[in-house]
Amino acid sequence: MDLHLEHIVLVYPDGDTTLRAVDDVDLTVPAGTTTALLGPSGAGKSSLLAVAAGLTRPTRGTVTIGDDVVFTPDTSVARSTRVRLERIGMVFQSPQLLGSLTALEQLELHAHLRGARPASTRERAMELLDAVGVADHAGRRPAQLSGGQRQRVAIARALVGRPEVLLVDEPTSALDHERGTQVVELITRLARETSAATLLVSHDASTLATVDATVRMLDARIEATPPLRTA
Amino acid sequence: MFVALRDLKQARGRFVLMSVVIVLTTFLVTFLASLTAGLARESTSAVTDLPADHLAFSMPAEDDSPEFTASRVVAEQWRAWAGVRGVESADPLGVATTRAETGGTTASVTALGVAPGAGLVALGDRGEAGDVEPGTVVLTPAAAAALGAQVGDGVTLGGAELTVAATVDADQSFSHTPVVWTSLDDWQDVGARGRADREAAPVATVVALTTSPGADLAAADDALGTTTVTTSAARSAVSSFAGENTSLTTMQVFLLVISALVVGAFFSVWTVGRSGDIAVLKALGGSTGYLLRDALGQAAVLLVGGVATGTALSVAAAALLPSAVPVVVTAATTLVAAAGLILLGLLGAGVSVARITRIDPHAALAAR
Repeated sequence: MDLHLEHIVLVYPDGDTTLRAVDDVDLTVPAGTTTALLGPSGAGKSSLLAVAAGLTRPTRGTVTIGDDVVFTPDTSVARSTRVRLERIGMVFQSPQLLGSLTALEQLELHAHLRGARPASTRERAMELLDAVGVADHAGRRPAQLSGGQRQRVAIARALVGRPEVLLVDEPTSALDHERGTQVVELITRLARETSAATLLVSHDASTLATVDATVRMLDARIEATPPLRTA
Repeated sequence: MFVALRDLKQARGRFVLMSVVIVLTTFLVTFLASLTAGLARESTSAVTDLPADHLAFSMPAEDDSPEFTASRVVAEQWRAWAGVRGVESADPLGVATTRAETGGTTASVTALGVAPGAGLVALGDRGEAGDVEPGTVVLTPAAAAALGAQVGDGVTLGGAELTVAATVDADQSFSHTPVVWTSLDDWQDVGARGRADREAAPVATVVALTTSPGADLAAADDALGTTTVTTSAARSAVSSFAGENTSLTTMQVFLLVISALVVGAFFSVWTVGRSGDIAVLKALGGSTGYLLRDALGQAAVLLVGGVATGTALSVAAAALLPSAVPVVVTAATTLVAAAGLILLGLLGAGVSVARITRIDPHAALAAR
């Protein structure tokens, strides 16, 4: 399913005034493709991603997955949470793994959040850990993994629920160039394999060789939307 | 409790420390409850074990609260009570703490004087009752032990020479002194008037009533100048009981409140510490209800484990203590206290983990 962001406006209170973090943005990410969102700090990239994830309600505009309008200015927190659980996978700037859970349990947690037995998703979880190259470390906790391994576990966690949309926030910020490139390659490949519409925020264009499209944000607006690259 | 149980294992040190605090608090609360019950029994068992359901007091002033030390009833009153509709029996009962002597041994005892045929003398702890003959005294085991007396021995009670007729298997005491039973006539020597007024009409301390439903006790009180309360409520008329019970119960209530605050403070700090994890769980699609259940489940595991261990230790300690320490272990002193600790602990934890509902995942993740 495609991800559509339509006329998104996000205004924050800022002291006595307001700050327009996102200003009338339209963006479509087709299913199975990865769009990179580039731009300087403060351009509004992460704010737009937060709106796409339902973590922040837009001041105006709608977020649509396929034909379903999922987030509007009136969407409740409970509904946003349900949509994230069932339709969206998220990879954060730092891996944000839970310290008490092993790599495998980080993925099994998704099943538990959905009310299913954690073991019911074990096969899929192991497949994904294998796909991201950390299957041998399935029984290790975050403190026993390297930074790159933690980020790979976080990517696998985002995909374990077979999301229609994958939202990735600066996944390479803590990695060197080589490992950053590998991580973006991995995300692009998995997005294609899982048909997830993937929106990836990055500050480092040099790691984005494998993405399908890049979009640049500046001063809360999108500068231009180039056509998709064909794989 | 997918995350909660793993957090318990991961942060073992912190949770063990908190568990120890809960165990010790539980031990203190349940032991104190058992001690309160034991002291209450030592103060009032002679009253609560009476085969009667109400006691009628006659106080010097109309507005005085009932007190065993000040109450005095006369024959006209107990005879009138016997004629009240719905009153099955009305028997005078004298209550006086005095000194008993036998051989070279003296001990403080409470003499209970009963009228012939009243059947108020407790013969055992299961409610069996009997009488005491004039010129004799019936001893409870504690009185017999304190005096070193046995059946046939002579006992001087308030100046009257009495013979031990029996020792009963009923562990009764009044105001922390063991009970001895005498006839009401002999009791006059140790009661309100003393030996000098022997020829006057007999008096007693209260009238022990056995009533049936529908008896209009208030009307009878008005007519006879008495104040009637249940035998349970009459415990407050024992001066030592009210002070002890209020002090010890206040300590228990404070301990329960402190324990709730300690548990609440622990989970408050714990919840603040894991705000980032909670934000991640919310961002991944964890509902607020799920997160609250997870956190409260964790608190419940900690509380139930700690309280069960503390209660078991308290019961074991009570069993090992010498009989001189008056502890009474019952469901009320252990299970009720334990349930109170768990409920108040959960309340404290609930107030603390409620901050989960206010954590904004976007802001928390940005700050992490």
